[in-house]
Amino acid sequence: MSIILILEQVLNGLQFGVMLFLMAAGLTLVFGVMGLINLAHGALYMVGAFAAAAVAGLTGSFLLALVASLAAAAAAGAIVEVAVIRRLYDRDHLDQVLATFALILIFSEGTRWIFGSFPLFLDVPDYLSGPVSLPGGIEYPLYRLTIIAIGLVVAAALFWLIARTRIGIQIRAGEADREMIAALGVDISRLYTLVFALGAALAGLAGALVGAIQSVQVGMGEPVLILAFVVIVIGGIGSIKGALVGAVLVGLTDTLGKVFLPQLFGLFMEPASATSVGASLASMLIYILMALVLLVRPSGLYGGSN
Amino acid sequence: MLTRETTLNIALAAALLAVPLLALAMDEIFIITLATKVAILALAGVGLNIALGIGGLVSLGHAAFFGIGGYAMGILAAHAQNYEPILEAPFLIEGTNQMPIIWLVAIVASALAALVIGALSLRTSGVYFIMITLAFGQMLYYFAISWSAYGGEDGQSIWVRNEFPGLNTLDPIQFFLIAYVILCVVLVFSARLARSPFGLALAAARQSEERVMTVGLTPFHLRLVAFVISGAITGLAGALYADLNRFVSPTMLSWHTSGEIMVFVIIGGVGRLFGPVVGAAVFILLEHILGGFSEYWQIFLGLLLLLMVLFARGGLIGAIAGREVAHD
Repeated sequence: MSIILILEQVLNGLQFGVMLFLMAAGLTLVFGVMGLINLAHGALYMVGAFAAAAVAGLTGSFLLALVASLAAAAAAGAIVEVAVIRRLYDRDHLDQVLATFALILIFSEGTRWIFGSFPLFLDVPDYLSGPVSLPGGIEYPLYRLTIIAIGLVVAAALFWLIARTRIGIQIRAGEADREMIAALGVDISRLYTLVFALGAALAGLAGALVGAIQSVQVGMGEPVLILAFVVIVIGGIGSIKGALVGAVLVGLTDTLGKVFLPQLFGLFMEPASATSVGASLASMLIYILMALVLLVRPSGLYGGSN
Repeated sequence: MLTRETTLNIALAAALLAVPLLALAMDEIFIITLATKVAILALAGVGLNIALGIGGLVSLGHAAFFGIGGYAMGILAAHAQNYEPILEAPFLIEGTNQMPIIWLVAIVASALAALVIGALSLRTSGVYFIMITLAFGQMLYYFAISWSAYGGEDGQSIWVRNEFPGLNTLDPIQFFLIAYVILCVVLVFSARLARSPFGLALAAARQSEERVMTVGLTPFHLRLVAFVISGAITGLAGALYADLNRFVSPTMLSWHTSGEIMVFVIIGGVGRLFGPVVGAAVFILLEHILGGFSEYWQIFLGLLLLLMVLFARGGLIGAIAGREVAHD
């Protein structure tokens, strides 16, 4: 196995990790600020992907499709927050789990009703397709490189938003003490809607970006949602930095494990069983990583003491 | 003097027995199968209810145990039907088509899994616990998909239902009775567990962890034991469910299954002894009524669930029998 192959897989892992970050950032913000566990976050990812596929089908513009995914997911997020989620902040986690599970059923079946069971396809635009040559002789798809770039830009913007802007101060204050900032005259319910819509928009963007690599179908958000949970558990709930580190760790572990574990077992086993044992172990690798992190730090790498 | 809830429970147990017997008299075999499904899914819910209702442990990974029970049946029965031993060296282990042995294996295997998953997950609490149980459940799901020896993603079929000494398990009513008797035994066990010193300590750990620690008990140990018992019961239900369908697949391990088991418990009422029975019955009825009405019945299920969470707390048993169990 060559250096080039390894570097390519590292880039793949990075691309996967960056995409997971877009999902995990919203989840962790919503949990950190509102104390809500949102299983329906994967549904917003799906909404973004379907909106993008529909708009791309109508207009042919990938850029418009991305804008549509952001807008549709943010709108869906805001509507859901006002209609349902708002009533759940004071409830226990069990009620939140059940209500957001119900939302998944409604979103999934609703999407199936509107778009049918067959997957839609979202094409990578011409100006982003094809490989580019990187230093060191690596040929890598431009589109995947673009995803990494978009993800990193979003991450930087998010850090800036949280650390440097007025909204960010309010969000951090909301995490620390919600009564106090309400007493200081911040419209807390508007802030909550805003945070939820922001998280939803990021999930929708992730859905649209990935939709162009994979197919756009009902239920596409759920595997990603669970990976995003793993990311948050590893990174620490409520921490954006933890979400970024966790996402990259999970992305790299999963991608590299799937490629190299079967080869590793191939060194001392016969090829057929090496492939199956390696693949089985690779599918469990990130959960083993999560278990290890938990053993050392039960509240995640960047989690607080609570 | 019977309390209102006890009277209701006796009526529910009688109704679950009466419906398939009536169906037998009217030659409606399909209804017997539905009632069997209700009894088995209720059993899975009774298992979860021990962790969730008494212990307050919101486990979103009980599909793991349900699926392990299912695969215990699938693996043992597949080897028995192909006359291939499971293990030849260092000692011989053969498959079996005897239900009691399969149940025992299912219970032991899922209890062991619950011990490992519980020992790791119970180091955390609250929303971490939910996410971690969910993640471990999903780990087994992906493992089952990539494990090609027993069908991988397609699952493992069994040609003939497994046997129980002295009974014809292929006869729907006899198989129903097996499931029903197991459900009743486990319900009695669960009721006694809730009133035992262990059950009281577990409930106390849910309500006030500090006080339990003050009297010298360790909440972690109480919860771990509860989680193991809970997983073992759900595993037994999984073995029965796989036998009912004569089929096991990774779907049994998927997190939708975890969500559904939780839905049974909550529709009926968290911490209520017969909550899962009511919940499973209502769920199966809805599936058939709404399913006949629209292909997209899960939208209506989702709306109903949402309305229940937002407005009707305490579940159906709570609505009928009033608030007797203190549960927060």
